[in-house]
Amino acid sequence: MKITMAHGSGGESTSKLIEDVFAKYFNNEYLSELSDSAVVPGAGKLAITTDSFVVTPIVFPGGDIGRLSVCGTVNDLLMSGAIPKYITCGCILEEGLDREVLEKVIRSMAETAKEAGVLIVTGDTKVVEKHSDVSGLIINTSGVGFIPEDLDVPGPSKLEDGDKIIVSGNLGDHHATILGSRMGIENDIISDNAPLVEMTRKLMDAHLSIHAMRDVTRGGLGTVLNEFANASKCSIVLKESELPVSASVRDFCGILGLDPIYMGNEGKMVISVSVADADKALSLIKESRYGENAKIIGEVKKDKESTDNINVVVTTKIGGKRVVGPMYGEGLPRIC
Amino acid sequence: MEKRNLDRIIQELKNYDGPKIRLMEVCGTHTAAISENGIPSILSDKIQLISGPGCPVCVTVTAVIDRLIELSLMENTCVLTFGDLIRVKGTNGSLADAKGDGADVKMVYSPMDSIKLAAENPAKNFVFAAIGFETTTPVYALLIEEAKRKGLKNLKILTSLKTMPEVIRWVVKNGSNINGFIAPGHVAAITGGKVFEDLSKELGIPFVVSGFEGEQLLFTIYSLVKMAGKGGYKNLYKSVVTEEGNVSAKEKVDKYFKQSDSSWRGMGKIKGSGMTLRPEYMEFDAGSIGLDEDHEPAGCRCASVLVGAISPHECPLFGKKCTPDNAHGACMVSTEGSCYNYFISGR
Amino acid sequence: MCVAIPGTVIKLDGTKATVDFSGNIVNAEAGLVNVKIGDKVLVHAGCIIQTMDEDMANEMEELYKEIEDLA
Repeated sequence: MKITMAHGSGGESTSKLIEDVFAKYFNNEYLSELSDSAVVPGAGKLAITTDSFVVTPIVFPGGDIGRLSVCGTVNDLLMSGAIPKYITCGCILEEGLDREVLEKVIRSMAETAKEAGVLIVTGDTKVVEKHSDVSGLIINTSGVGFIPEDLDVPGPSKLEDGDKIIVSGNLGDHHATILGSRMGIENDIISDNAPLVEMTRKLMDAHLSIHAMRDVTRGGLGTVLNEFANASKCSIVLKESELPVSASVRDFCGILGLDPIYMGNEGKMVISVSVADADKALSLIKESRYGENAKIIGEVKKDKESTDNINVVVTTKIGGKRVVGPMYGEGLPRIC
Repeated sequence: MEKRNLDRIIQELKNYDGPKIRLMEVCGTHTAAISENGIPSILSDKIQLISGPGCPVCVTVTAVIDRLIELSLMENTCVLTFGDLIRVKGTNGSLADAKGDGADVKMVYSPMDSIKLAAENPAKNFVFAAIGFETTTPVYALLIEEAKRKGLKNLKILTSLKTMPEVIRWVVKNGSNINGFIAPGHVAAITGGKVFEDLSKELGIPFVVSGFEGEQLLFTIYSLVKMAGKGGYKNLYKSVVTEEGNVSAKEKVDKYFKQSDSSWRGMGKIKGSGMTLRPEYMEFDAGSIGLDEDHEPAGCRCASVLVGAISPHECPLFGKKCTPDNAHGACMVSTEGSCYNYFISGR
Repeated sequence: MCVAIPGTVIKLDGTKATVDFSGNIVNAEAGLVNVKIGDKVLVHAGCIIQTMDEDMANEMEELYKEIEDLA
């Protein structure tokens, strides 16, 4: 069955779609009320975030737009030090979308929410006419999380001299998956889209001196670290040989002239942690789900020379130094 | 190789204190690889690397861009191109700008993709923006061969094809004072190393054919430093480059294309420096002849950068008005352009 | 752009080759060079432009020999 304009009419077809798909999979005490807004318990400091998801194709190796839309919002909350609790789901469906595809995506959202320990408490659905640049479904999720009372919230301006930079796993998997699907390059690369709940909770519970924490999404590691360096007025020096990239993503980049340091991820984070706590932090991440390939990739410098020269520098395999600026343009493949 | 030898070479390049040496790479992928490996930071200040006219997008004149835009706005016509060219400005904006005005422009991975597109959409006309050097021209020869075999009437190419030896001669004669050339590895894979050996003899300047790995480039630079002032030729990419090159590719090129004069951004028309379709295959040409006009944006010094007369930093627009997000000149557009590489990797 | 890394031919069907780059499978035209399955090749703009001599691909040793006389 295909989605038609009637499914967005607000009438019987809409109610039926919501009951048969959304309410069925998202089922929880707050959502089941199906009232105008979800009324949930809460107190203290809240973190609130929102994100919209448009991706072609909507189902890709290792994930789909549903899983992505939960991971993106959950990870944004986690990076602020919050414990994610509730998320919303706004769906814009294109007429002609297969109902089976919609159901697969919504089921995947529900499974990912369960994995991340959040409830999808309210939602909305609209149907729009077929539009050529969209592949059937756009999702917006907003999320709310609670920040523990005693938490010293990490931030990009809090880097300290000597801090170690840790990245939680291989770079570029999501970007290579999506681009590979679009360009018809067959490979076994799968998207890394994942909620990073376990590793962030472990780090927070251990009360380590984590000065900054950020998920590495579009724009890649290079862009995030430039934000860190600029906000903290320091230099960040990375070792190229330590950057974790799988062999297949490395060659994928080689074919298309892409740099893994600018490639998007959907289940990776980078932290800046004090030297004293670096090994502990690394082992906590490595023993967490999705963290097995974590690595210490570099360090923060705040001496006179570094504060005069705010930048991110990579020491290359042959001992050269290369400045890594923020990403420019769209990160399109270089073909000829 | 033992790491000891590499370390020794790096030390020598770092400590070099002889006469100032200017080396030019004439392949855009070498330019990008030099930046990626941070090679300038390894070399003594007395060894200067200059990016020459080897990025195909950078040397394309505005008349070609203008013609592509004109074609892309024609009824029922789709212009197919590699990625970077889309953002290069012509007289009035780029193909990307034209796309915003409803032009039909599509990015493809290989020229051969256009065969499939043309066969599947017989009612639509396709034009491939055929830019590139000796490495890419054989691919266009295959394209024409296949289009002819399939009897495709709706596929043409707009050529702005360049050849290396003539522009290298031009750069040397027009006084950029180059002491050695890092010869383009994959151009040589097609043409054969002998072309560059002959040039080294003719010009009395050393040429070393190089691969693209950091170590390979260091070996090449080391060799050129040792050979500077003496001339000579070396092939340090023997796994791929033979003396005679890819003979069957050269035969295919010769069947469909002939040598002709070609205009280069900022350099004007250089005799015999390009390839155009032979008269008997002009049915596949989308109006490539006479596209010589070239207007650089006001203040842009791409032309001087391309021939090594100035470094990107000496251009008044560099890093100020001209950045990768708002590129004025072609050298800032292409990820293989010298300005882009200087900007992005802090050279 | 030149693709600096070699791939391996894993399938041949006339002049249509399938080339593997560490698990990334791409289609390439093989009309410019004689190749057989297992060959290491360079692919440029969707076409195989040259085969790579594997004995010499063990470059560094070879490279050093080439430049020893310059030292």
